[in-house]
Amino acid sequence: MGANEEGVIGKAVRRKEDARFLTGTGQYTDDVNQPNQTQAFFLRSPHAHAKIRGIDTAKAKASPGVVAVYTGADLEGVNGLPCGWLIHSTDGTPMKEPPHPVLAKGKVRYVGDHVALVIAETLAQAKDAAELIEVDYEVLPSVVNPIDALKPGAPQIHDEAPGNKCYTWALGDKAAVDAAFSKAAHVTRLDLVNNRLIPNAIEPRAAVASYSRADDAYTLYTTSQNPHVERLLMTAFVLGLPEHKVRVIAPDVGGGFGSKIYLYAEETAMVWAAKRVNRPIKWACERSESFLSDAHGRDHVTRAELALDKDGKFLALRVHTVAAMGAYLSTFASCIPTILYATLLAGQYTTPAIYAEVTAAFTNTAPVDAYRGAGRPEATYVVERIVHQAAAETGIAQDELRRRNFIRTFPYQTPVALLYDTGGYDACLDEANRMADVKGFAARKAESAKHGKLRGLGYASYIEACGLAPSNIAGALGARAGLFEAGEVRVHPTGSVTVFTGSHSHGQGHETTFAQVVAGRLGIPVENVDVVHGDTGRVVFGMGTYGSRSLAVGGTAIVKAVDKVIDKGKKIAAHLLEAAETDIEFRDGKFTVAGTDRSKAFGEVALAAYVPHNYPLDRLEPGLNETAFYDPTNFTFPAGTHVCEVEIDPDTGVVKVVQFCACDDFGNIINPMIVEGQVHGGVAQGLGQAMLENCVYDPKSGQLLTGTYMDYAMPRADDLPSFKVGTKVTPCTHNPLGAKGCGEAGAIGAPAAFMNAVMDALAAVGVKHFDMPATPHRVWAAIQSAKHA
Amino acid sequence: MYAFELHHAKSVADASAALSRTGGKALAGGQSLVAAMKLRLAQPGHLVDLSGIPELKGIRREGDHLVIGAMTRHADVVSSEAVKGAIPALAALAEGIGDRQVRNMGTIGGSIANNDPAADWPAAVLGLGATVVTSKRKIAADEFFKGMFETALAEGEIITAVSFPVPKKAAYAKFPNPASRFALVGVFVAQTGAGTRVAVTGAASSVFRSKAHEDALAKDWSAAAAKAVRTPDANLNSDLHGTAAYRAHLVSVMASRAVGATH
Repeated sequence: MGANEEGVIGKAVRRKEDARFLTGTGQYTDDVNQPNQTQAFFLRSPHAHAKIRGIDTAKAKASPGVVAVYTGADLEGVNGLPCGWLIHSTDGTPMKEPPHPVLAKGKVRYVGDHVALVIAETLAQAKDAAELIEVDYEVLPSVVNPIDALKPGAPQIHDEAPGNKCYTWALGDKAAVDAAFSKAAHVTRLDLVNNRLIPNAIEPRAAVASYSRADDAYTLYTTSQNPHVERLLMTAFVLGLPEHKVRVIAPDVGGGFGSKIYLYAEETAMVWAAKRVNRPIKWACERSESFLSDAHGRDHVTRAELALDKDGKFLALRVHTVAAMGAYLSTFASCIPTILYATLLAGQYTTPAIYAEVTAAFTNTAPVDAYRGAGRPEATYVVERIVHQAAAETGIAQDELRRRNFIRTFPYQTPVALLYDTGGYDACLDEANRMADVKGFAARKAESAKHGKLRGLGYASYIEACGLAPSNIAGALGARAGLFEAGEVRVHPTGSVTVFTGSHSHGQGHETTFAQVVAGRLGIPVENVDVVHGDTGRVVFGMGTYGSRSLAVGGTAIVKAVDKVIDKGKKIAAHLLEAAETDIEFRDGKFTVAGTDRSKAFGEVALAAYVPHNYPLDRLEPGLNETAFYDPTNFTFPAGTHVCEVEIDPDTGVVKVVQFCACDDFGNIINPMIVEGQVHGGVAQGLGQAMLENCVYDPKSGQLLTGTYMDYAMPRADDLPSFKVGTKVTPCTHNPLGAKGCGEAGAIGAPAAFMNAVMDALAAVGVKHFDMPATPHRVWAAIQSAKHA
Repeated sequence: MYAFELHHAKSVADASAALSRTGGKALAGGQSLVAAMKLRLAQPGHLVDLSGIPELKGIRREGDHLVIGAMTRHADVVSSEAVKGAIPALAALAEGIGDRQVRNMGTIGGSIANNDPAADWPAAVLGLGATVVTSKRKIAADEFFKGMFETALAEGEIITAVSFPVPKKAAYAKFPNPASRFALVGVFVAQTGAGTRVAVTGAASSVFRSKAHEDALAKDWSAAAAKAVRTPDANLNSDLHGTAAYRAHLVSVMASRAVGATH
């Protein structure tokens, strides 16, 4: 590691991308306009569940400005949208995968389901025409709650999934868990609902699809976190198009949080239609449509039981979860409440026996898939809420009970499949305690009490598995794709560098972090490195951005490509310096003959590679451009402790977050400012789930009741305090950056920390548990029912 | 949004004529109407824009009354010295409406003409016993608010101003809906020349006076007295954000906080 690398890595370099974002010159999908472009509008189902007896599009087709109207019947030969992860039930049968038609065929299964695509000269004309489509619906009973969906006699959503069951899957040693419970000194039980969330990225989804007769090729601009995966799924599985004839570009994207990972019906139908109308087609989702049709998150109902010995050591954990899938299986839906959930139930603890059983249910709602944290917030919520409850029941201090059970020896094989490579849980807990001034809490609580307020302190010592994923392990667990990442480092003749990464940035700051990684390793200024992402026409391949994987996996692929550049540079330098290749050292941007002052700057070597007048052409190709694919050998395990302090007004039920402290271990950090930003955003999102956000469908009609910001409460700046953020570092042992990932931690730790603080505060008035979000009304109602209990 | 025709009125008479001629809707600040139109939930064929009518704007003191022109924007009420001097509770109420963009566009006249059950202005108009001045007549607040999104306004009748009697004491306390930040419950309390008045918004289908609170506070103007009143929940709203029982409870909590904030 040279001086320059030390100078760039770990520095709060200002985000390169912000210049365009802050000056309004970002280029989002809705900014893309093409000559002769048409506008698309999707007619959506107004019913949660209905048979389609017939669709009459004649009037719509005759409406002014209409170019085409398509329904499910028109999409002959088009397959359904695929699910990328195969889960097997405990009886060995594969999960039920009912067809997921691009446009509804015969039935609609949720409010917002896609019925018809209308293409017109203007959006207003497309909307007017959509109103003229006559759909003859036979409305059927619907079911929106996953528990209700599994009850006998529930409305049957798919013929292929009897009882609305997708799968029942299990992990862990049931017999060992049962045995441990039978000898436990204490058992804590908790019933939990992990509330359903609507992602609400600031930029709604959008697409511009076009077709070129000249080369029989398609171009799709779309809001995607993983354009290569989108292309692969769309061409190979749904439309049957040659992959090389479709270019997918995800330009600037305004947030995803998981909701833009998936292959959706809209862009798929538009690519299909672009050739038929032979004109570009544009669609921009309106916010109301976004509420209805983006894949939602969470929606778990769980019973958890924790067995402890007399000293507070955890003996076993038993978890039964019912997870909603929504009406259809979205791209990664099936792996979220299984592979990314149950495997995390060990948390930071040595619990020797864990058994989890998960039943996935179809419901008449929008599909449910990964949402920031994806399975891991749900796991953390279960583990940390029940640990809190156990502490309250046994009288052991919250932090002390955690300490008694922390894993301290690494690598550590959990009873739920994962192998933790490294960690330092005490350090984060101790630091979080210091940051939160836990010693002063009793005095603060007393002061609150003087004013009639209830103060509480809550912890979440979370762990997550990031850096998705070792492809062989993922494949064994049901993944239908690899989970590596690709990177290309193109050194230009003058020594500046363009990096092409398969990771996509939709707010994370890759253009800066990745530039720092490359600049640091090559010893060149950050300004000399630009990062290109989000274009299948320019980037070799990519699995995209999710699961906090970009730096650990995408960054490592880039490092591997840089190292190839350096290796080749050494060969070139050896020739130029007339030295043996083994004697060349690369340091501080210079190739030096070891032990001498004879050297060639990086730029000189780059120039020699492209102007190979004095060059070992007999042994070495000209040029300096290297590509690497990196498949990780293990997951990474970011972990930390969050401490939340709340003050509750029992008169109104208002919970004020007076302090939130997060001490996280993300491994090595490239840009602390960006990491801090990620933690702030994640904590805000996690507190949003715990305090405010709740997606509610009407149980009778299946209508989405929280379909606008009038009823769906997003966190605002004045709902939150300024967070205190700290880090401890145990470098990841299996990637060269030592990086673990930081994008989801806040959303994983915050809900449990907040709810534990609420329960700590309300313990004084007899409240033990209620479900998120802790809105004023729910808090007040919990206090009232405890009073009357 | 569907296509519509926009008319720029230059005077109240001009606006009245345009409304009766076209059967269209008056456009004040547009903060509810335009949003409904964008969602295709409202489809007026004609809009008569009132923003170019000079006599509808402005805030003035007329003896023991504060008169606010119907097209006065919330933001102008917030920053008005006349309002702060006469009835500071109105400036505080206006500052709690929506966000800065809404306050820069929304108007007092538009708000009370719409009579959204969770809007703030109706609480002040009813709580102070104000008079709604229209193109045709003067309407007492107690006669103006008729029910959910219903008022005493006739077709084509335009609010020109609201005349507030300057009270001895007044304050507004709002408990915001966590999502919309409209009033889940908002309570306006006032000691006026005509007695103690307490108006409640957000809790029911329309703004209403709480007689029980008025009686209690007439006897004892104190936060404790307001809080001790039990509001019946029979006619109150129950929805995702709060049951009728919760709203009933909040009426007394907010009334007590409003009383505590008066000076």
